[in-house]
Order: sequence, then structure tokens, then C-alpha cells
Amino acid sequence: MLSPISLQDYLILSGLLFSIGVFGVLTRKNAIAVLMGVELMLNAANINLVAFSKFIDRGIQGQIFALFSIVIAAAEVAVALAIVIAVYKTTRTIDLDKEDSMKG
Amino acid sequence: MIEHMIWMIPVLPLTGAIINLLIGKRLPRRVVDSIAVGSISLSFVLAVTAYFHLISLPADQRQFTDTVYTWIGLGSFQVNLAFLIDPLSAVMILIVSGVGSVIHLYSVGYMHGDKRYSRYFAFLNLFAFAMLLLVLSSSILLMFVGWEGVGLCSYLLIGFWFEKIENARAGMKAFVVNRIGDFGFIAGFLLLFTTLGVKTGIWSLDFSVLKSNIALVPVAVLTATGIMLFVGATGKSAQIPLYVWLPDAMAGPTPVSALIHAATMVTAGVYMIARMNFLYVLAPDALRVIAIVGALTAFFAATIGLVQNDIKKVLAYSTVSQLGYMFIGVGVGAFSAGIFHLMTHAFFKALLFLGSGSVIHAMSGEQDIRKMGGLAKKLPVTTATFIIATLAITGVPGFAGFFSKDDILYNAYVSPYGGTFIWLLGVLGAVLTAFYMTRLVLLTFYGKPRMDHHTAEHIHESPKTMTVPLLILAVLSAAGGYIGMPEVFGVHNVFAQFLAPVFNSGFAVPEGSHTLEWTLMGVSVLAAFSGIGGAYYFYAVNTELPARMAQSFRTAYAWLLNKYYVDEFYLKYIVGGVLKLNTILSLFDARIIDGAVNGAAKLGKKLSDFDGAFDRIVVDGAVNAVGDGVVSAGGVLRKIQTGLVQNYLIFAILGLALLLSFVLL
Repeated sequence: MLSPISLQDYLILSGLLFSIGVFGVLTRKNAIAVLMGVELMLNAANINLVAFSKFIDRGIQGQIFALFSIVIAAAEVAVALAIVIAVYKTTRTIDLDKEDSMKG
Repeated sequence: MIEHMIWMIPVLPLTGAIINLLIGKRLPRRVVDSIAVGSISLSFVLAVTAYFHLISLPADQRQFTDTVYTWIGLGSFQVNLAFLIDPLSAVMILIVSGVGSVIHLYSVGYMHGDKRYSRYFAFLNLFAFAMLLLVLSSSILLMFVGWEGVGLCSYLLIGFWFEKIENARAGMKAFVVNRIGDFGFIAGFLLLFTTLGVKTGIWSLDFSVLKSNIALVPVAVLTATGIMLFVGATGKSAQIPLYVWLPDAMAGPTPVSALIHAATMVTAGVYMIARMNFLYVLAPDALRVIAIVGALTAFFAATIGLVQNDIKKVLAYSTVSQLGYMFIGVGVGAFSAGIFHLMTHAFFKALLFLGSGSVIHAMSGEQDIRKMGGLAKKLPVTTATFIIATLAITGVPGFAGFFSKDDILYNAYVSPYGGTFIWLLGVLGAVLTAFYMTRLVLLTFYGKPRMDHHTAEHIHESPKTMTVPLLILAVLSAAGGYIGMPEVFGVHNVFAQFLAPVFNSGFAVPEGSHTLEWTLMGVSVLAAFSGIGGAYYFYAVNTELPARMAQSFRTAYAWLLNKYYVDEFYLKYIVGGVLKLNTILSLFDARIIDGAVNGAAKLGKKLSDFDGAFDRIVVDGAVNAVGDGVVSAGGVLRKIQTGLVQNYLIFAILGLALLLSFVLL
């Protein structure tokens, strides 16, 4: 018999998801892929919000907060993709290793 | 009505001058001379109106002031821009504007072809303005403005043809010599002003205030003031020792000479002494100085006039000499006699100069009387009027000069400040005057023509604008003396009576007996005729005599011809002395002052060198060290800034991990 899913399970999941996101952000060359990593990290945080809401707060405050977070993430992705397009238009590439015009 | 229009008398010529100076060049010549002649003539009309208003008043109230505005107001000390009309200034404005108008009119013909036509008339107007301001002002300070104004205008007009360096020099000489005199004038009136102010608390330069308080000033100060003011007068009125500018002033156009010698400028000194009569009657020593200087000038200038060959130079020395007579007059206390001679002299001297201008005009610019002769037939009007003026200046009975000169000589004899010596110099001067004037007439108008053929062909009588003024002045020279006929003829001396209120603070010249007066008059007449006769014998009968005389008295002749070497004396000892002093001062300047300045400069340079080094090594060093440090630190740190966003994220995450490890562990 499987034991019921505990808070720790959720936290382990979100930890794994966050780590995968960080790994993607730090290693991918493609800017779109980096954005994907960022999305993973955000959603890991959302899982945390919902999990804590279910097990500790026992209300819907955390879940509503997660909804807010998802909406804002959508807006953020829109802006980020616009920036990527703008970068592509000027440099003809979205390879982050080549985007070093801010080099000191 | 006319009381409040007095200010217009000087302002009209000023307006004319301003218009002609500003836009005269663009106006047609007819308009330029109309403005000039018109403005001065209007002044004359106003002067006549003022005169008639004045004589309509009772004799003791003949004085009014037209105050335009307060020029200087410092507490109780006030100088008003105010014009004073009394019998003395009325006579003066009539002479200045009257004779001035005639000369303006004459200039229209004389300056006909000049290229600076409008400027000439502007200066002429300005000259009349300055002189009218001088005689009309009610305070010494305003008078001084006019006094300087005539000096300036004489400079401008004497040097009018400045293309020739001698003319420009003559203008400068006139100005500088006048300035020397002006210094005396300033010193004089400031001495009077401060003494009166300190002693009594009355700070004023107004003639009427000074007149009523003059008795409060110590006699020594009055004498000093009187002499200093007279120094000013010797400059303006060409007396020994400052007369040297006047003969050189011939460099200007001839009508200007007429204006300077007759109507304006040289009469300023005589007028000033007469105006300050209230001071002089209390300072008899100053009066004696004036009388003696006047007598010496009258005599010595006449001796120089004997041998001059330039027609205008002869007239110039005669002016100096005649001014000497005026100073004898005012110097012996006979102020009205001095002013009377000033007036008659204005008539006949203006006529003589304008006549000589007409001669020069006819002679195509020739001024040497040795190259003239026989002009009488070709220049009838000029000759006739010139002879009338000569009769007037020599003192032939009936002509203007006779009455005025006789008045002066009589007063010189009987006055307590005069005496036999001054009278004798005057009479000798009269003989000489008659001699050189007759010589001038004979050499110029009679005898054989001595000009070259070319000039002779061009001789012609002058145009109407020149002869009409000659005729007007001839009438005045002939008849102008009758208003001052002495009482010995059984009439009242109208002129002296008219002026009496101005001079009433003075003393009466003691009455001599009628026998004495007739005797003295006889001597004057004898002097005149002996001079005329002598000259006639020398230059018409025995014409070789002058040359023989010059041969046998060679030294004396040379002294006279060279005007006693006064100019040379001044040049060598006074100008030379000043130049030597200048050399010494310039050495002092070069060695000591420049040395000190250069030393200070060197010291300053050393100091700043040191400062510079400190600045370079210490201050700049510190600043550069800081800069260099920052630059090298930046060189190290810049390597972190890769520009790669993922590197930054690695740092961020490492930092986060570090923070978390602190919080959690």
C-alpha cells in the first residue's frame, strides 16, 4: 500500500524541478532554452506555494498566489520573447555566448 | 518776455553748429551758410531786443537773470545755468553777435570754394556760442566753460587748413599757450572761492554774491586772485608774456582772424577784468600790474609791427598792441574806457582783417606786402574801407578809435593807478601805430605794383557778400565813437553813463581840469599825425630811406624783425627746460621705477616657478597616483565583466548559495 503523498515528496519534486531549471539556465547556449529553464524554476516555486498551502495553511491563499504567479510568468515570458526577437534582429543570432557586447 | 529768451542767444549758434556738424556735409552749400548766418543773425536780433528792454528800465535796475536750471546743487552751494544781462554783457553780446554776423556773412564769399565748407561754418557758430556763453554767464564757473570753449574753437579754426603742418602747429601753440593762462584763471577763482567760503561760510561762484561779499576777503588774497586771473587774461587776450600765439594764429582763414581779433576770444580777458571790477578796485596792486603790462605790451607789440612784411602779421601785432591799450584802460580803473576801446577796436579791427582778406583774395593768396602795391585803383571798395579803418585805429579825430584811445590815455594820465610813464608808453605806442598802419596802407594800395604779371591779371574786387560787410563795418568804424564822446565836448558820455551801474562799486577817476584834457587830446592827435607823416615820408616821399635805415641799424632791425626773439627764447629756455626735465624724469623712470617694477616681476617669476614645481610634483603626483591606482584596479576587475549573461547568473547563484549556507548552517 502506498503511503499518501507527503509534503516532503512535493518539496523533493520542486527541488528537482528547480535544479533542472538552474542547470538549463546556466548551460544552454540558446536563449529560448534558457527561458525554458526559467519557466521550470518558476513552476518549481509554484509547486512549493500550492504544497505549503495544502499542508500547512489549509486555506486557498497559497493557491491563489500561485495563480497570480502563473499570470505574471506569462507576462514575463511575453516580454522576454520580445527582447529575444529584438536581439535577433540586431545581431542575427540568439547564441548567448556570442552576446558579449557588455564585456568590460 | 525777452527776459526768458536770453538763453536762446547762445543756444541758437550752438544749434547751427550741431546741425552743420552732423548733417552739414549732405546739405547744399546754400543751406549750410543760411543756417550759420541765420542763427547768429537771430542771436543779434535777440541781443538788440534785450538791449532795448534793458534801456527801458530805470538806470539802477538794469539787470536781469535768466535761470535755465540748477547745474550743480550741493547743499547751500549752487551753480545755476543762468544768463546775466546787464549793461556790460549787453554791450558785449551786441559786439559779439553783431560783428560776428558780419564776419559770418563775409565768410560765405571768402570760403566759397573750400572743401570743408560745412565744418568751417559749424566751428564758426561754435565759436560764437562759446563767446556768448562767456559774456552772458552769471557765474565764474559757467564763464570758464565759455572761456575754454573759445580756446578749443580757436584751436579748431586756426588749424583749419591742417594739411600744412605749420597751420596745425599754430593751432596747437594757441591752445597750449591759452592753457597756461587758463591755469592762472582756475587757480585765481578757486583761491577766491575757498577763501570766501572758509572765512565766511558763503560758498558761491556767482558774480552777484561775490560782489556783495567781496569786502570780507583780505586784501592780500584779492591781490593774489587778481593777478592770477590776469594771468588767465594774458593768455586769452595776448598780453606779455603769453602773446606769442596770436601772431601765429594768422594761419587760419582770414575771417577767423577777424573773429578772433575783433569780436571774440581776445576780448575775453578784457571783459573778464571788467566783470571782476568789484574785486580789482579793492586790489590796487593788481591793477597796477595790469596797467604796466598793458602799457608795455602796447608799446613793444607796436615796435614789432613796424617791420613786419606779412599783411596779416602787421595787423596781428597791432591787435596785441591795441589790447594793451584796453588793459591800460581797465588797469587804471577806467573800466568803461577799456570796454569802449574794446568795442571800437572790434569794429575797425574786424574791418581791417576783412579788408586784408579781400586783398589776399584778390592777390590769389599772396600776403607779402612787398609784392603788392597800387591796388587802390583795382579794389576801390576795399581800399576806401581799409583807409577808414586805418584812420580809426590811428586815432584821427572824428573816427571811432580817436575817442576811445583818447579816453584811455586821459584816464591813464589822471588815474592814481596810472601815471606819466604809462601815459607816455601809450602815446609812443600811438605814434608807432600810426606809423605802421600808414606804412601798410601805402605799401599795399599805393606806389608801383610789385606783383608778378600773372597775379596782376587776376586782381578783381571781391563779391557783394564780402564788400557789404566791409561797408557796414566802415560806417561803424567811422561813426561808432560818437556814443562815447567825452564830456569836454559839452555832451554826456552816453557810453560811460550806460555802463556806470556795473562799475558803480568802483571809484571815480578824479576829474582833471578841462585844460589838461584838451592838452592831452592835443598830444594824442599830434602823435597820430606825426606817425602818419613819418610813414608818408619814409614810404611815399623818400622810398630808399627804409632800406638804408635797416642797413645802418642792422641789429635793431633784426631784433624787431624777429620779434625780439621771444619765440626763440621760449623755445630754448622754457620748452627746452621742460624737455631737459623730461629727460631726467625719463631716466628716473627707466632706472628706478622700471627697475623696481622689473625687480618685482622677477621676484614674482621666481615665486611662481617654485609654486609651479610644488604643484607639478606634490599635487599632481597625488592626483595621478589616485588615478593610476583606480586604473590598475579597474584593469583587474574588468575581467569579471565578461558580458555573458550566464556567467553573471553563476555568480548570482553562487552568491545565493553562500547566503543560504550562512542562514541554514
